[in-house]
Parts: sequence; structure tokens; C-alpha cells
Amino acid sequence: MHPRDQTIFALSSGRPPSAIAMVRVSGPQAGLVLTTLAGEPPAPRQASRRLLRDGAGQSIDDAVVLWFPGPGSATGEDVAEFHVHGGRAVLAALLGAISVIPNTRAAEPGEFTRRAFDNGKLDLTEAEGLDDLIHADTDRQRRQALRQLQGLLGDRARDWRERIIEASALIEAGIDFSDEGDVPSELRAPAIKAIKALHDEITNVLAAQGHSERLRDGLVVAIAGEPNVGKSTLMNQLARREVAIVSPYAGTTRDVIEVQLDLDGYPVTVIDTAGIRETDDPVEQEGVRRARARAEDADLVLWLVEGGQAVDPGALRSVRKSGAGDRPDGAVWIVRNKMDLGAAGPREGFGISASRGDGIAELVEALVKFAAEFFGTNEGALVTRARQRDLLSRSADSLRRSLELVEEGEELAAEELRAAAYALGRLLGRVDIEDVLGAIFQKFCIGK
Amino acid sequence: MRSERESFDVIVIGGGHAGCEAAAASARMSATTALVTHRFSTVGAMSCNPAIGGLGKGHLVREVDALDGLMGRVGDAGGIQFRVLNRRKGPAVRGPRAQADRKLYAAAMQAAIQETAGLSVIEGEADELIVADGRVTGLRLADGRELRAGAVVVTTGTFLRGLIHLGEKNWPAGRVGEAPAMGLSVSFERAGFKLRRLKTGTPPRLDGTTIDWSAVEMQPGDEPPEPFSVMTERITTPQIQCGITRTTSATHEVIRANVHRSPMYSGQIKSSGPRYCPSIEDKIVRFGDRDGHQIFLEPEGLDDTTVYPNGISTSLPEDVQLAILASIPGLERVKMVRPGYAIEYDHVDPRELDPTLQTKRLRGLFLAGQINGTTGYEEAAGQGIVAGLNAALAASGAALTVFDRADGYLGVMIDDLVTRGISEPYRMFTSRAEYRLTLRADNADQRLTEKGIALGCVGSARTRHHRAKMDALNAARMLSKSLTITPNEAIKHGLSLNRDGQRRSAFELMAYPDIGWSQVRAIWPELSAIDPGIATHLEIDAKYDVYLERQSADVEAFRRDEGLVLSEVDYSLVPGLSNEVRAKLEKARPFTVGQAGRIDGMTPAALGILAAYLRREARKTSQAIA
Repeated sequence: MHPRDQTIFALSSGRPPSAIAMVRVSGPQAGLVLTTLAGEPPAPRQASRRLLRDGAGQSIDDAVVLWFPGPGSATGEDVAEFHVHGGRAVLAALLGAISVIPNTRAAEPGEFTRRAFDNGKLDLTEAEGLDDLIHADTDRQRRQALRQLQGLLGDRARDWRERIIEASALIEAGIDFSDEGDVPSELRAPAIKAIKALHDEITNVLAAQGHSERLRDGLVVAIAGEPNVGKSTLMNQLARREVAIVSPYAGTTRDVIEVQLDLDGYPVTVIDTAGIRETDDPVEQEGVRRARARAEDADLVLWLVEGGQAVDPGALRSVRKSGAGDRPDGAVWIVRNKMDLGAAGPREGFGISASRGDGIAELVEALVKFAAEFFGTNEGALVTRARQRDLLSRSADSLRRSLELVEEGEELAAEELRAAAYALGRLLGRVDIEDVLGAIFQKFCIGK
Repeated sequence: MRSERESFDVIVIGGGHAGCEAAAASARMSATTALVTHRFSTVGAMSCNPAIGGLGKGHLVREVDALDGLMGRVGDAGGIQFRVLNRRKGPAVRGPRAQADRKLYAAAMQAAIQETAGLSVIEGEADELIVADGRVTGLRLADGRELRAGAVVVTTGTFLRGLIHLGEKNWPAGRVGEAPAMGLSVSFERAGFKLRRLKTGTPPRLDGTTIDWSAVEMQPGDEPPEPFSVMTERITTPQIQCGITRTTSATHEVIRANVHRSPMYSGQIKSSGPRYCPSIEDKIVRFGDRDGHQIFLEPEGLDDTTVYPNGISTSLPEDVQLAILASIPGLERVKMVRPGYAIEYDHVDPRELDPTLQTKRLRGLFLAGQINGTTGYEEAAGQGIVAGLNAALAASGAALTVFDRADGYLGVMIDDLVTRGISEPYRMFTSRAEYRLTLRADNADQRLTEKGIALGCVGSARTRHHRAKMDALNAARMLSKSLTITPNEAIKHGLSLNRDGQRRSAFELMAYPDIGWSQVRAIWPELSAIDPGIATHLEIDAKYDVYLERQSADVEAFRRDEGLVLSEVDYSLVPGLSNEVRAKLEKARPFTVGQAGRIDGMTPAALGILAAYLRREARKTSQAIA
């Protein structure tokens, strides 16, 4: 299906987090998207409150939905609108649920406008200044996408681009320069090797990126340390901050053992390991079991020590071990409590006074930064990530088909490789035929 | 043929591959046409290697032929070794190629020019374009004659301020032994065109009687030879074999010891040559670690002992060229008829052109061939036919025509040139065509001849031939789609299909990799009545069916934007565009919204605004008319 006939979706309101966010879907599948997520479509152009569920029946949010059958819509196509709560987790779940419906994809910048124009929906006067706006937006998004890609995938992005050019060059050299004495007659084997490696790597990256699911569960932070260093006090400080407490889970009437916070739009679960204790209450037992398991797999450990106390290397080592494997160094923070008592000694890590609240703001700020990096979501990234996943998986699909077809015909494999390069190119920068030819001329002595 | 007239609809300057096609196409369009050339006897000359077609290039020859052009038929008359390249690969990437007898080819081309009604040949040197009110109105010759014209096509090849380099020497020339065109460059500069220099080269020519043919491998052509033109029934010219030899480490020593005497490396030549057609000194400098580089020994004619050594283009001094030759197996005692050389020439930045090949700067002026930065006879011919057609249309005041990227390689090439410009001489490759599976050498006529008939450039003989072929093809296609079989029935014929109970047509069966025409004909004897040539077309279409459908959807979307013509838009009047986008559009002056989209940094919103603006303007115009 041509990109222009696909159904597009995007977050059409401002950057999350926000009180309310609007996701717009436009195209022939908009009705299907609506019924998949919200059940029967509401009467056209009437707001209706629905519980949104993803394809697996998992609930996403309590939302207001609108249905604009084409051509009486903003774009002239069938349009569905979802007005949801503007947290990142909700948006990640919603965008994720839409993207798995066939023939849908994240919209390119400006694409809704383009479709509206194409269908004669926008008068030019309405568009005055629009390009400037979208252009600025595009630049920002492009920079973001690139930055995020680098953060998320490291140097692999550039490497992929080079490798797809390389693979295309091998296949195309076998086609366009087969009459050249210096081009080996058998280029398929090295090409297959290159394509396969590329395919496997992209597939692995896609599989390893559980981040959008994690966005729903939240970042898990465990507070740990020797007895009586003030873990519960820190926990209560964090819970008492202006940040919204989503659901305090009480272990006893006195201590909160788990609190879910919304830190600048990022869902963060903080677990006080001190609150974990033996109990006879069966309900509480289940809670304790879960909290213990989660603390073990925590993404970040705040290792609380008293003032200038030296950190016990053995204890730290055991903290670095986690249920899921070793934690990276950056995922264990030393937090020195009771700094107000004027202790002398080592100063590494955060200095706070859990009882007076000193240093808590700095700690929260660092937590937000950690969450942002962990989820790979800077502003607008929810949308760009959906697009990245979409393009990466399309690229991987084309690479797979290319491998399947290479024996049947190199020109068919080349066709799929072109599609893969196109998808990857939209992510990493265009892969031009000139790049491919350049690679061929560099590699082979072409020219009779 | 010599004309005393002084006024023509169209004047074509240059009698090379671009000029001949341009002049003949213009005349077929019923425009009175003059072909201005230094000497008629050089018309149809092959300046470099004696071959037509090849990968990508063969597509262009077939497309020129589909528009009733000359190159295919002339190639068939002059061809002495036909080979379809990539014969073992898929049909979309096969390329017909023929080596030609230089004399036969030129004679056939000259005859074709002479036979073309309404086409006059004027021998003389074009010196100056006559311009009035931003339009070209005629041409002044060096001898002072003035010719009036509605449109002028310039196809100067390597003649525009041509400068030949041979070792430490250089001298002005268009081809070896022929004068360059100096005056026209001044006309272009005066009109504000930016001229740049390109370089190309040619190998020495050898005396074939002094080659030890027993020492080289011989390569025959295809049997039977496959013609270029759908109008050629079969090849009657006798066929020859070519030799293949290689450079040796001794060759490489000679070149390394003398590379400082090559004008490419001494700094005498500064312009860039094609990466895919390097001189032998380039090959050694860049790929010197190879144990040898292949050389094809191509006879230049049936009764001509000259041999073209394909693969050792060079501008090293003559004594070095002789030493190189002596180091190559089979050529130890060879006599050099003429040394190789490099040539630098002026070309115009092709972004100065609309995709009609008319210049944006001077209306009525069309450019084709190497002047636009291309290389190759076929690339020149392809542009020539488009420029000639459009010059005739312009002279008659009719709307011009564009071949787009979905029409054929003609369109791919022209769009690449006019949208992106060039940094080295441009050559056609199949990988440049994004609709490669659709745009095949085998279906060029199916893609283009009907368009040619509508334009008026296809003669009555070809029109009849084409219509009959299309009728037969459509009937065969319908038949092959109407005959169906179940998987169980197919087993009886030895075909194992997925046993889903689905009936499949003969056409659908041929999409399977191991099922072809012979298998389906065995199932349905009535298919035997179909002409084998038609059956081959069906088989190819069936093989690619899935892809062709996908590509036709792509093409449809592509054409939506190509249909929106921007050429006359004043961007300062289009509201909503950012200054950055406006500046880019004003600089590039794209022809369509589609072409605008291929300019770097264009946003979808900007394209939407342009589309909306055009629609509003069209509405205003239609209201004004009503």
C-alpha cells in the first residue's frame, strides 16, 4: 500500500505531560481504529465517553472520542479523535495500540495538513504562516529524532546506514556491472551475509526495546541501606512532595512500602526495602512478595548511608547484583542522609537531610533526568519513537523478504532492499542511489 | 536535401546521436527542420566505442525506438555482434547491446536522415544564437548566413570549446581531426548560462592485422541475434567475435613510471571525468593491486581492420601508450593506428532546464546530449528525441510534453539531470530507476508507443504494427486469465500447488518460480495458438505481477504530484511559504509539485500549500473564462 493511502496517526496536542492530550487518526482505517479501541463508533461529530482498550483487552484510559466520517472532516478523510489524559504512559499505550493495527503508521510532520490540502479542505488563507510553524517543528523533530536515536541505539544507526548501502552496492553491482571484468560474477553470497546481519541486528534492537511497555509499568527505584539510616523518612519525603502520588501501597498503617509517583510525566515507582517485612496478613503477604521481587529488579537503587560514613564495598557489590543481571554503575546512587548533623568524611553521592527536606529537590531533579534517559523520551519522543519502531520493523520485513527472494531473482531482492533502504533512510537520512553507486565505484574497478 | 530556405520551424545544431534523433523527431512531427553540422559525412559518427546499448543503455535504445526514433533501427543495420547482457538474470535488468560496424552505422544513419521528409541538412559552423525578447529566434553561421527558427536544439557534444589532451600536448578540437565550436559558448555566456567543464577520454585504435588473435580469448554474440527495434524482423548483417585480453603487471609498471606525464595527474586537466569510465592510469592508481584489468578487443567493422581496445582509455603520451600496448598479451607487436586522448568540453548545468529540455533562461532553446552533462550515445539519443519533439511542439505553439520517471528511463534520466544536476558525466544505470521492474527493455513499446502516436511522432507503419501487437497481447492476456485449474487437477499435470481448493489461472500459475509458458501450454493446448513473442511478454508480466501492482500504486501517487505544474508560479505571491522554502523554490524553479518534493529541504506542508495555490489559481482561471 502506498504511504499516502495508509492511515496516519499522531499526537496532535502539545508535548506531554499535559492535562489532556489529543491523538488524531486519519485515513481509511480510522473507523477500524476507533472500533478496535473504543467499541461501537459514536454518532458522527458528537463527543462520547469511552473506556479505551488495546487489542489484547488491556485498558488504556477513560477517554472522550469523536468520529468524523469523511469527507466532512478536517482532512477530508475518515477521522477519529481520542482525547485522553496527557501522561506519557497513557500516550505510549494508546499510540502503541494504534500502530499495531494494519496499514496504520505515525504521521510525518505536516501530513494532516497535506491531506487536508489534497482533499480541498483548507483554504489558503487558513494556511498562512502554517509552513513556518511546521517547518520549525520539523527541524526540531528531526534533531530530536536523531538525538534520541543516538541515545537509544548508539553508533548503530550510522553503521546500519553504511551497511545497507554496502549490501545494495553488492546487489546492484551484480546487476548493473555484470559485464565488467573486475566485478566478480558471484556477489550474492557476500550480499546475503550483509543483509542477514543487518536484519538480525535490527530485529534484535526491536525486540530489546521494551521501553514503551516499561513506560506503562514505570521506572522502579528502590531505597536500600543499613537499618536506621532514614530510608522510611526519605520515602515519606518523596511521597510528601508536590508530585502526585498515584497509589500509595501501605504495608502497615504506619509505613508506605511502595509509592507510585508522576515525576514530570514519568511514572516512577519507589520501593522502601525497609518496609518489606514478614507478615501474617495474606493480603499483605502478597504485597510484600511483589515488592520484594520488584526491588530486586529495580532499575535504580538509592543506597542510603549516614553522613560521612564510608560505604561498605561488600554491601555495594551485592546491591549491584540484581535479579535480572548486574546493574550498570550509574544505576546505584549513594545518598548521604543526615547531612544536617554535620558529619565529616567522604562526600561522594547526594547529600540530603531526609528529616528537614534538604537536597530533596536536587534528588528529584536527578530522578527526572534519569527517567528521561531511561525511557529515551525527551519532548515529542513518544511520537518519534512510534515512528522509529514502525520504520525499523518495516525495514526489517523488507530485509527478510530480500533474503527470501535473492535466489529467485536479484532484481527482486534489490527491490526489497530499496524498500528497506527507503524506510531506514527516513530514519537515518536518505539513502540515495548515488550513495550506492559511490560504494560500487569505490569497491570495484568499473569501466571498460 | 541541401536547402536554400532561410526559415525553419526547428533548427538542430549538431549531427551526433542527440542531433540526429532531435532533427528526425522534429521532422516526424511535421515541423520543417534543419540539421546544421560541420560536415554531413560525419553524421552518425561513433566518437568513442563502436557499440550501442548495454545495461540501462539498452533500455534507452528501446525507448527511442518506441517513439519511432532512429537509433534502434540504425543499430540493427550496423550491428555486427548482438548480445543481451544479464541474460541469466531477470528480464527487468537485461540490456540489449550490439557492437556496430562504424561505416555501416554512419551510412544507415545518414540514409535515415536523408529519407526523413521535411528535414534539411545545412553544412556550416553554428556561431551565434539570435535572441529577441528572451527567446531564441534563429542562428547565425560562421560564414555570416542567418537562419530563422521557432525553436533551436543545441547538441554540441564535446565540441563546445573542446580541448584535446594527449600527454603534455593539448589543442582545441571537437573530436580528433575536427574543429571545435567556439562561438556558441560566447552566446551561452552572454545569455547568462553558467558553463562548466567536463572531461572524457578514448583509448588508442589498433591495427587488427597486427594482433595475435590466437593469444586472446574469443567471445561470440548471441545466436540468433536479438534486434533492438520492434520493426526489425531479423539481423542480416554478418556477425563477428570479439577478443578478450588483460593488462599485466608489466603494464602497471609502465603506467606507474609515467603517470606524472598524464594530463590528469600533472594538473593540466582540472575537470572531472566519469568514475565508471576511468582511464587506465586512473584504474592503476586506484586499483593497482589487481593482477590485471580486462580489455575487450572490438573490431570496428567487417571490412575495417581497426580494433577498439575497450578498457584502456588513456591520455598518456604516445610513447607510453605504445609501451602499454606492448605489455599486453596478444598486442606485443600491435601497430597503433591512432593514439588515445582525453577531451575537455563545456557543458551547461542541466538544472537550467525544464524536463521538456527547454532552457528556463531562453525560451525556444532546447539542449540535448553531452552539453547537458551526460555521456554515452544512448543517453544523447534519448534526450535528443525528447528535445526534438518538444522543439517542434514549441515552434507550433502547442503545449510541451514531459516524460516522467514512471514513463521510462528517458524520464528518469531527464528528471535526475534537471532536478539534481551533475558532478560527473551522467550515465544511465538500471539502479537509477525506482520502477525498474515496470520499466523494462522488453516493454518499451507497450509503455511509450501509444504516447508517441498521440504526440504525432510515430509513423503509420509502426502505428499499424503496434496496434496489431497490442490487440494480440491483450487477447492473449485475457485468455490466460480465463483458463483456470484447481490444485487437484494441477497434480495430474505434475504441478504441486498449495491444496487450498483455489482455482488459479494460467496467468497466475506463471507467477510461480518454476512454472513457465511451456508448462501452462501443456495444460491448455489452446494457448499454443499464441505467438511465442506475445507469450514471452505474458510470462514476464506474470512473474512480476505482484511487484507491478505495487509499483502501479506507487506510480499513481507519484503522478498526482507530477500533474501539478509549477513552471509559471511567482512564489512571492504564494502566501504561507517560509522565506527559506521560497528561496529554495525560486532557485530551483521546479516544474511540478512532484519535482519540488525531490528538492532537499522541502516540507510536506510547503508542497500542500503549493498544491492548494495551484488549485485556487485554476479555479480563478476557469471562473474568468466562464
